[in-house]
Amino acid sequence: MLPLLESMTVLQLAITIFASPLIAFAILSLSHHKVPRHGDWLAITALFVSFICSAEIFLRSFASDNPVMLNLSYSWLPLSAKHSLSGGILIDHLTAIMLVVVTLVSFLAHLFSVGYLHDDIRYGRYYCSLLLFTTSMLGLVLANNLLYLFISWELVGLSSYLLIGHWYEKKSASNAAIKAFITTRVGDVGMFLGLLVLYDQIGSLQYADVFAAVHFSADLATWQTVAGLGLFFGAMGKSAQFPLHVWLPDAMEAPTPVSALIHAATMVAAGVYLCARMLPIFDAQTLLVIAYIGAFTAVFAATIAIVQVDIKKVLAYSTVSQLGYMIMALGVGGYTSSIFHLTTHAFFKAGLFLSAGAVIYAAHHEQSILKFGGLYKKIPITATCYLLCTLALIGFPGFSGFWSKDAIIADVLHYNLVGSGHYFLGFAALVTVFLTAFYMCRQYFLTFFGQPKDEHLHSHAKDPNWTMTLPLIILSVLAVFFAGGGHWFPEYAPKKSGFEQVLQMTASEANTLELSHTPTAGKHQNSAAHSSEHGQIIDAHKLAMMLSTGLAFLGILVAYLFYYQNSKGQTRFSAQKVAERFPFLYRLLVNKYYLDELYHFLFVRSLHACAQECQEFDRKVIDGFVNLWAKLTMMATALVEACDRIVVDYYLVLGLARSVTRAGNRASALQTGKIKAYFVFSMCSVLALIIVLFFIV
Amino acid sequence: MEKLLLSLIVFLPIFGVAIILFLPAARLQLIRATATITCALVLALSVYLVYIFDPHAANTGTALGGFNKATLIELPWIKSFHIYYRLGIDGLAVSLVFLTALLSFLACFIAFPIKLQVKAFFVLYLLLVTGMMGVFMSLDFFLFYVFWEVMLLPMYFLIGIWGGERRAYAAIKFFIYTLLGSVLILVVILAYYFKMSALGLNEYAFNIPELIMRRPFDEHPTVGWLQIVLFFCLFIGFAIKIPVFPFHTWLPDAHVEAPTAISVILAGVLLKMGGYGILRINYPLLPEVASLSWVMYFMALLGVINIIYGAFCALGQTDFKRLVAYSSVSHMGYALLGIAVLSNEGVNGAVFQMFAHGISSAMMFMIVGVLYERAHHRDLNRFGGIARQMPNYFALAVVAFFSSLGLPALIGFIGEILVFLGVYRYSAELTGIALIGLLLTASYILLTMQRVYLGDPKEAHNSYRDCTVWEYCALVPLALSSIVFGCFPGLLLDLVKNSSAAFVKLFS
Repeated sequence: MLPLLESMTVLQLAITIFASPLIAFAILSLSHHKVPRHGDWLAITALFVSFICSAEIFLRSFASDNPVMLNLSYSWLPLSAKHSLSGGILIDHLTAIMLVVVTLVSFLAHLFSVGYLHDDIRYGRYYCSLLLFTTSMLGLVLANNLLYLFISWELVGLSSYLLIGHWYEKKSASNAAIKAFITTRVGDVGMFLGLLVLYDQIGSLQYADVFAAVHFSADLATWQTVAGLGLFFGAMGKSAQFPLHVWLPDAMEAPTPVSALIHAATMVAAGVYLCARMLPIFDAQTLLVIAYIGAFTAVFAATIAIVQVDIKKVLAYSTVSQLGYMIMALGVGGYTSSIFHLTTHAFFKAGLFLSAGAVIYAAHHEQSILKFGGLYKKIPITATCYLLCTLALIGFPGFSGFWSKDAIIADVLHYNLVGSGHYFLGFAALVTVFLTAFYMCRQYFLTFFGQPKDEHLHSHAKDPNWTMTLPLIILSVLAVFFAGGGHWFPEYAPKKSGFEQVLQMTASEANTLELSHTPTAGKHQNSAAHSSEHGQIIDAHKLAMMLSTGLAFLGILVAYLFYYQNSKGQTRFSAQKVAERFPFLYRLLVNKYYLDELYHFLFVRSLHACAQECQEFDRKVIDGFVNLWAKLTMMATALVEACDRIVVDYYLVLGLARSVTRAGNRASALQTGKIKAYFVFSMCSVLALIIVLFFIV
Repeated sequence: MEKLLLSLIVFLPIFGVAIILFLPAARLQLIRATATITCALVLALSVYLVYIFDPHAANTGTALGGFNKATLIELPWIKSFHIYYRLGIDGLAVSLVFLTALLSFLACFIAFPIKLQVKAFFVLYLLLVTGMMGVFMSLDFFLFYVFWEVMLLPMYFLIGIWGGERRAYAAIKFFIYTLLGSVLILVVILAYYFKMSALGLNEYAFNIPELIMRRPFDEHPTVGWLQIVLFFCLFIGFAIKIPVFPFHTWLPDAHVEAPTAISVILAGVLLKMGGYGILRINYPLLPEVASLSWVMYFMALLGVINIIYGAFCALGQTDFKRLVAYSSVSHMGYALLGIAVLSNEGVNGAVFQMFAHGISSAMMFMIVGVLYERAHHRDLNRFGGIARQMPNYFALAVVAFFSSLGLPALIGFIGEILVFLGVYRYSAELTGIALIGLLLTASYILLTMQRVYLGDPKEAHNSYRDCTVWEYCALVPLALSSIVFGCFPGLLLDLVKNSSAAFVKLFS
């Protein structure tokens, strides 16, 4: 435990972790243009504080016997006098791991950005978005209920949108931002549906209530499948699983530190986190779907990666592929291996992206690997870090990625070995190992070895300053040693690294205590954690280790043959010839299986057409009806008015007036002007009046 | 003081009108200040009202039991017809009273640039405020109708005189639509009057809480055609205001032509009167019709149509303001949907959604207005790159757009999720269709943001200055409300929850 933080309670630590980036965000979003350096120092300090507190929680968590350190709920959304939806915090081992991963990578990305974006026009705004992201991501892992998780889930989507569109002057950037938001929201709609189903059945969205309810529902209910698939659909969107993966490669429009933090290490892993968290609610069929989607994505994305030329796009497809691994592992019940790979992947992939950022920075924002070459000597620190992280990703024996990937492949092979069938999963896992090694080495050889393709670019390249190299070095060290140190080929035994053993403990304890039962995965399928099948696990591990190591070396070899240039700038085999040999396949891969075009045709166009139809309908039919009605009324009034004018006015009123005039004219004859005549008239009148009054009244 | 509070809130604007009438027409600043201060006082009183409002008192035992005792006022007005001056508030009303006070205060700032006949403008504006407040507080059917009409007339002039090019068309369309609704409501008022007279209950003929309790037309257990006719008369009367498809086409025209401040009131408050009318009068008077299964399904279906159709129409617009107007149609669909399913979650969600839409649509219209002040057009295709030239305005616009999109932690989300929680229990397939609305909303919001704010800055926009002080005065409080209510929905729901529970109880 860290000396200064000993006196703090877990709750205080948790609040500090969450509040420190939040406060920094609030301050900077209001006044980043008023503080020196747009407040980057504040952001970095806030993240450092968060990281230290997370580390403290991590250490405490693994020292204590109780896996659930904190589970606090409070009423958040009151619905009636008695009933309300709760919010709350949960800290268990899984949260503790995620906290460290998020805060560490985030801290390093913040630090790296100081150099990478130092002359950016929206430097301050950039840090605001980055802080918003980190806060939301921390909220996501701290939540103890699906509602808070969903809220944070959407908020990380928002910050991802803002950061992908950071350079919004470029149309491609703003398009990519929209694509990312909408595509993940398609997944979110599924997730939302899952939430609705769970609430409908259980009346609460607290993890604990959900797991208890799943535990007590004896038979396999349909709602459980629907809820599980819904939640997984959300995870597919966020974690870029086929067919919702299309946004992630485009998201590379974001500044590179963002790609490292959000689109490689943390946010895209949120889907994996969600599935791991919710593992108990998935039933057998759902798990199978998860495994297949993950496996297919792993291979599918890897095949695209082998022909990409943009250094970041290669890494993006690699991320999709690796996320596929994690998802597949969860599908076969490999909770431990999945989270293990999530952690190691976060470090080495963030390292790769940041190194790529350093390369791009050195190359003055050139991203095509065809323009690089021979950069090893110019930027040795970057190249070394890149190499270490690449080896970790390939699964080179001894590196962190080796252990985690081996764990996943072992889980998958074990799943096959126990006779479940589904050999596609094992096949996909192994093919992807080969493809990964191939495309990563292809990229490495093209970038760092061989002859420089662009002299100008080459001559100006140099390693960046410490704010950028320090994060690289830290991440590369983690990529090499994290959980893997000292395990150089331990006699083909399933001996776990220290970290992995702790994780294993987390899995079982989380299942027994917080989830209050063994996961459904364990009920219906074999979980790698079952010790009764120890022998088979050993077999699986041996097999996994041999096959994956062999395939990784094969991948490296093939890449070497095709892409390593000797001193004369020649390669052993020509990749171009292969491409010319299979033009259709090549075009298919380069165009990413034409999925973007297909989606554009299926969804975007039809949506706009439909919108146009509705708008026309509104204007022509509904308003047309209203206006027609108005016109008819006007016509009716005109008719009435005409009738008024001709019949009433002309014949009745004017006619009457005319007859009155005529009568008047006639009567005027009486008006003679002779006094005598008037006198006679008046006398007669008075007489008549008297007679009338006398006789009538 | 408490007994007078409601009357003060309603009639304070009239007092302001009296003052303004005595001011010389050339003293523009003074007139604006008077109007704004009047609205500020109304807001202060409303805040005090919220403060003293005790949500726990709401139960449905007695006729006026659900209404806040301390502020309830009941005085005979036209004795021979048993018409009373009866004002009272419960949770549903108090939230909307607060919303009205807030928006009418903030919209004053947006109305400052108006140059034409300022005196007349603010006189009518304050009259409008009185009308709106009266509608939300009346517990006498006749009084309700009077206020309903009082609010209608100033609106007609405000659109017709201060509107845009097609203002005459828009004003008349608005007026005739609303009048049609009023006539239908009047028919129902008369029907209740004669029915109560026939039952010898003359003294309760206009007493809304008593009518709700006594249900004079109830023929338990059957539901007669007369009840259904009355129900739909009321429904159409209120549906025009919400507006519900296919009675919605007055809205885009009225919004587009109205000056910004009036659009804000129109979208922020007037549409809520439709929803409020349904919650306060239509459904409670005839719960036996509302809970008929086909009526429930029909209403829910209308809600879903509103959501989807409004969103599609919004997606097809090129006029910024029309787009926002159609987004209102879509958003109010959630409110109708939430009411239709008669569940606790749904009704809470509907009330929250109405409040949220009040905040977010008001903000959206202000955002459009700010841009219109500078550009003098609203063509989406001619904007672009504004974010660079007006960064603070852009930041506020982001809050507005994402509130409207229903992003969690902002105000729009809570209403939506509550409505969906309620609707899913009722019908999974309607939920499924309505969920598509979430995607459509995201599409039109994001595409609009891209078209207006993102992209390369255009030279034509170089002269655009960032928001003025008055614009900040109007926009910043709304942005803050959006965040505060989005993060702490309990602030509002604590006021509303018992009243909506009482509402739902009517149907069980």
